[in-house]
Amino acid sequence: MKTKRIVVKAAQASPSRPVVPLKERRLNFGNRWDYAPAPETFDYVKLEPRQGLFIDGQFVAPSGGKYFDTINPATEEKLTEIALGGERDVDLAVKSARQAYEGSWGKLSGRERGKYLYRIARLIQEQSRELAVLETMDGGKPIKETRDIDLPLVAAHFFYHAGWADKLQYAFPGRTPRPLGVVGQIIPWNFPLLMAAWKIAPALACGNTVVIKPSKTTSVTLLRLAAIFQKAGLPDGVVNVVTGVGETGTAIVKHPDVNKIAFTGSTEIGKQLAQLVAGTGKRLTLELGGKAANIVFDDAPLDQAIEGIIAGIYFNQGHVCCAGSRLLVQENVFPVVVRKLRDRLQTLRLGNPLDKNTDIGAINNRPQLEKIRELVKCGVAEGAELVQSRCPLPERGFWYPPTFLTGVTASHRVAQEEIFGPVLAVMTFRTPEEAIERANNTPYGLSAGVWTDKGSKIFKLVSQLRAGVVWANTFNKFDPTSPFGGYKESGFGREGGLQGLMHYTQ
Amino acid sequence: MNALVQSNNPRAAWGAKAPGGAGRLMATGQSVDQVMVEERAASFAKRSLKSSAKLTGLKLVVSMTDLTTLEGKDTPGKVAYLCRKALRPADPRHEVPPCGAVCVFPNMVRCARRFLGEGSPVKIASVATGFPSGQYPLRTRLEEVRRAQGDGADEIDMVINRNAFLTGDHALVFDEIAAVKAACGAAHLKVILETGELVTYDNVRLASGIAMEAGADFIKTSTGKVQPAATMPVTLVMLEAIRDFFFQTGIRIGMKPAGGIRTSKQALAYLVMVKETLGDDWLTPERFRFGASTLLNDVLMQIARAIDGRYQGADYFSLP
Repeated sequence: MKTKRIVVKAAQASPSRPVVPLKERRLNFGNRWDYAPAPETFDYVKLEPRQGLFIDGQFVAPSGGKYFDTINPATEEKLTEIALGGERDVDLAVKSARQAYEGSWGKLSGRERGKYLYRIARLIQEQSRELAVLETMDGGKPIKETRDIDLPLVAAHFFYHAGWADKLQYAFPGRTPRPLGVVGQIIPWNFPLLMAAWKIAPALACGNTVVIKPSKTTSVTLLRLAAIFQKAGLPDGVVNVVTGVGETGTAIVKHPDVNKIAFTGSTEIGKQLAQLVAGTGKRLTLELGGKAANIVFDDAPLDQAIEGIIAGIYFNQGHVCCAGSRLLVQENVFPVVVRKLRDRLQTLRLGNPLDKNTDIGAINNRPQLEKIRELVKCGVAEGAELVQSRCPLPERGFWYPPTFLTGVTASHRVAQEEIFGPVLAVMTFRTPEEAIERANNTPYGLSAGVWTDKGSKIFKLVSQLRAGVVWANTFNKFDPTSPFGGYKESGFGREGGLQGLMHYTQ
Repeated sequence: MNALVQSNNPRAAWGAKAPGGAGRLMATGQSVDQVMVEERAASFAKRSLKSSAKLTGLKLVVSMTDLTTLEGKDTPGKVAYLCRKALRPADPRHEVPPCGAVCVFPNMVRCARRFLGEGSPVKIASVATGFPSGQYPLRTRLEEVRRAQGDGADEIDMVINRNAFLTGDHALVFDEIAAVKAACGAAHLKVILETGELVTYDNVRLASGIAMEAGADFIKTSTGKVQPAATMPVTLVMLEAIRDFFFQTGIRIGMKPAGGIRTSKQALAYLVMVKETLGDDWLTPERFRFGASTLLNDVLMQIARAIDGRYQGADYFSLP
């Protein structure tokens, strides 16, 4: 091919295109134009100084008379006091649920149950801004996420299951589904309202009644949801909320008149619950920890893969059981991916969770913060290289900067244990076979991600990855129609979709 | 990765009918995922800009505006309006900077130079190369460029040969851009991809790579004569191509979305995207421009609102 001289010249640097030397090539994410604070208003949100238990349709004081403080993890300021529910309260709640099951709720047709669920879903939408603000204040999640992800999904779950309530007889061909009875549910602090919706909506759609316990650090929004149930006219006792601590949850699990336990939380507690339930005839579904592999191939749309990696691990400060916490990058694109990730990290805005521009909020509680610190320290001690955002951390509250560790191998603790924080372990692989092997090399199996431009590769991997959810060229996408759940130590049973519905019927 | 640029024969990378495209991998690095890029682009518009951030941003937008008139009915009188408006967009009390440039047809460059004078803070950009279709002989397209530059254009906005691009003759696209760059002399070259005709993000990314390798100083989305013109995701794909090219070659290429950006809110979302994709070094009229005509007065209206605390009617803002 003959090339004109002129072409050669033009492609070189010209006076208008000076060349920055290799060592000085970096992006400068500074303050030439900075965003002013843009806080969401919250003064209209009223919070009583003390929150009771929600039993038999009423807010009542705990029988033990004890309360504990719930704080805003971003400021460490006390928000309100939460009732400490004990065995007696749990017993009252279960009795009330049983009564509702035998009485009002159990006699309703599916169509009538559906009406209540639709009403609840609409009320959630109407109050969604207030609920989002409370979720952010109580849990530390950025308002951007509670407003745009949590609350819309909460409403969506109620809408979706409302639709099933009168169509259950068509859900499982050849079977006539019946409710189980009283369901005990225990939910974690990472998505307080969303987890409540995942649990309550299908239970009610199938005609069960509920005794539910939120995590100790995040009770406020579930109590607000209970107020919505009141407002919707849901018959007394159909849903009971018993706030409290670990023992409160144990009391629910041990209660003889509970027909099913649904738990979302750590694998450690999940195992204990499984032992408690064994031999009692109670049904059990567990949604536990994870250590998901996010696999990036060299033919992936890399800039979008970076967004997926970010969404995978820094969404909700990494307090996500299905977080893409192990990044597996094909060796030949590893330097590029790390450089892009490093730059992207700098543009994440950490700070006041109520600020509409905040991407990374506060760590939910102090013990969790300490656990994150300890594991990262251990990763560095084991030889991993630490990359952290240079963003300043607020003085008060629980904060951890977005972080990733390179040079991690499969035998590092940070590659094996669930960190449940904004910390990504970056590893490499050479071939698709190795990627599959490494991705499956974990006691968990909740989720995984695959990034490639080749459809055939996606199908190949999806069939071999042992994970309940596999995302292709995206991550952390949720939908009420899609079943969610794990393999191995990530638990059993599914939530969402037909598969999730099945676990609330017999 | 640098091999391509350092090679004596850059065209080789775009080998006319080279199968598979080794050159493609080198220059653009990757494919683009439509769903994720659109999601990411939408996220920038969610940034909430208040008070000082808003005012600073809006003034930056004015300084980055290529105030444009590209009509068959353009006359020296119309260009005079445009030039005066670009020099002094608003009441001096509001301390609004002049626009980045005026953008006109080649026949209007002389008028523009007469109205702006030498050494004006407002640059003169001239479209050329058979704008907007580019379906003219290379010889006359190059002649347009030389004439416009000779008449006083500081910047040349060329269109790529979409015919060649879409039929896979990427080497021809490359050569023509390089030839135009050579014809530009001292003038800066903006290369219009006309993304509305390239349709896919993969095409946009590839065309961006070709234009940057071939000598573009800026890459630009659209002529404004084809729908869709500039969109956030298309601009993001181009910004990402610019980012990769910078790391590969050390050359900072500018970006100009043009067409369809009419409101302050839209313009600020673009600025957010530049800030969070390329950083501070691109938050300057040297490296980022808006091709627009109706945008300016909306921005000025918002600036007046930010300073005076109330909105004024459209009649309080002079027409360009």
